[in-house]
This record gives sequence, structure tokens and C-alpha cells, in this order.
Amino acid sequence: MMTERQQSAVLAKLAEKFGEAVVSTHSDFGDDTALVRRERIVEICTFLRDDPACLFDFAMDLTGVDYLGETPRFEVVYHLYSLEKKHRVRIKVRLHEDDPTIDSVVSVWPGLNWYEREAYDMYGIVFRNHPNLIRILMYEAFVGHPLRKDYPKAKRQPTVGPQE
Amino acid sequence: MAVGDRPKDAPPGGGYALTTLEAMIAWGRKYSIYPFTFATACCGIEVMGAFGTHYDLSRFGAEVVRFSPRQADMLLVAGTVNYKMAPVLVRIYEQMLEPKWVVAMGACASSGGFYNNYSVLQGIDKIIPVDVYIPGCPPNPEGIIDAVVILQKMMETGAPRASERWPIKI
Repeated sequence: MMTERQQSAVLAKLAEKFGEAVVSTHSDFGDDTALVRRERIVEICTFLRDDPACLFDFAMDLTGVDYLGETPRFEVVYHLYSLEKKHRVRIKVRLHEDDPTIDSVVSVWPGLNWYEREAYDMYGIVFRNHPNLIRILMYEAFVGHPLRKDYPKAKRQPTVGPQE
Repeated sequence: MAVGDRPKDAPPGGGYALTTLEAMIAWGRKYSIYPFTFATACCGIEVMGAFGTHYDLSRFGAEVVRFSPRQADMLLVAGTVNYKMAPVLVRIYEQMLEPKWVVAMGACASSGGFYNNYSVLQGIDKIIPVDVYIPGCPPNPEGIIDAVVILQKMMETGAPRASERWPIKI
């Protein structure tokens, strides 16, 4: 019970502080989740890291999701953990298909550098102000973003290298 | 002098054999295959089994594994090759000296196997000529031995290598 109240406190604080930038929150299955607007993501992340009641000093994961057929189509998910407070929160941001860009939070958590590159590589989500936004798993000559749901499974890629 | 009798001053074990140079070279080649293993997945474990004491590939002369392609004449591709790895495999193949033979071991190297996805090359014969394919996922060490025996037959009979009809024109 104690932890439940504490986790909900984070969401309440977030909603209070950022108002309409927090679109919705829920704590289904004990997982605190907030859907926020992309315009203030850096601000929100900085707050979550520095606020004495939050102290999310450990960004565990960042990933993209492709909800093909929905509008907005893409989603970026941040999983945060506090080593200090031992609590977690999940932040989600929806992005439109015609403009899948969002501000990079590498300035907040440097560890998310490669995660943002991966989301860029796999989903084509562009992270503005990222220090080095290039493909991380696929090679440079690779065409397309393979984890998008409309990437054709049978598509074959050019092989590059000494045989050319 | 009757057939089979030899002069008293003949060298011990004397006598001689007649052969062609090609046949002699082929015979030597057959029993001194230097494999280079390009192991990227679970097939590599079966290769280790084949070289181990139980299956003992050295019985067939394919004993000395060379971890430099410049000293090898058999390229054993054991495992999944993806697009990013493909240029590396081609570079290794090109470094090998002629004559050279290529064995595609297992479903992945032969056809991509069940990895029909964005990252995996659908068979190494898309980029290099292959002489022998070993089916299986993974094949057991007997499969590798079988491939070596087939290669030995190819060497013995002078069967054309896959690289001589490469690239395949359809």
C-alpha cells in the first residue's frame, strides 16, 4: 500500500506541475504510466530526474512502438527507475506519422544515447539535438526502417563491401 | 627372370608406379584439405564436434584447421550470415588461394533457414559460389564428414568447382 501511494504521488505531482502537457495517467497492474506531449519532454524528464520526490536517476529503457493504422502512429516509451527511491515510472509520447520527431533527452540521461539511435534505426523516429544520430545496428546502405509494421518482410537489402 | 623377381641390388622397397601428374596432385590434395571454419552460429558447435575425438575429421585428412584464409583451401561456412557480415565473408573468400572449395553448412548458410527477415542473407550462394550444401539445423558431425568425402571425390575426379561457373547465369 505504501509503495502504491508513493508511485501515484509521482503521477499526481507530474500532472500538477505540467498541467495539460500530461495527457493521461494510469497505474494499471501497479505500473505508473503517463502519456505526455512531446513539446515538453525534455522539461518533464529533467523534472523527473531532479525533483527530490522523484529522483529518477536511472533511465532503464527507451523504445519505439509502431501502432500502424492508429493516429498518431508512433510512440516513444521511456522506462525510468530511481535507485534512490526504488520506484519506477513509464513515460509515453505519441508521434504523428508525417512528423516523427521528438527532442532528444541525451542531455538529461547520457545513457539513452544508443537507445535513441536504435529507435531511429528501427522506426525512423528522429531525435532532435541528438549528438550523433546515425544507425546503430543496421549499416549505412540499409534502406528503410525494419521494425516499422509496413516494412515488407521479403524486402532484400543491398550487400555492400569488397565484392563491388 | 620371372615376374615379381627383383635384382639383388635393388633398393629396399624398390619398384616404381606410373601415374599422371594431375592424378598425383589430386591424390595429395584429397588427403590434405586445410579447412577454414567461418562459424557464426550453432553449426559451429557441430564443427567442433566433428573435429573432436569422437568423430575425428582428421581421419579424412581434413585435420589442420587454418585460421587464416590464405592457408586454407576449404571454406566451411557454418551458421547464419547476415547482410552486415556478408562483406566480411566475401573478403575471406577472396583471400583464399586457388583452388578453393566452399561448403555451406546448415539451413542458414544454404538458404537463410527460418530467418526470413530483414537482416539475414538468404543463403551464402547469393554472394559466393558453393560446392557442397549440408542440410540440417544444425547438421550433425556425420554431415560434415559426408561433405568432406564428397569434396574428396570432387578433387579426385577433377569435377568442376562452383567458382568455375560463377556467377550463375539464368
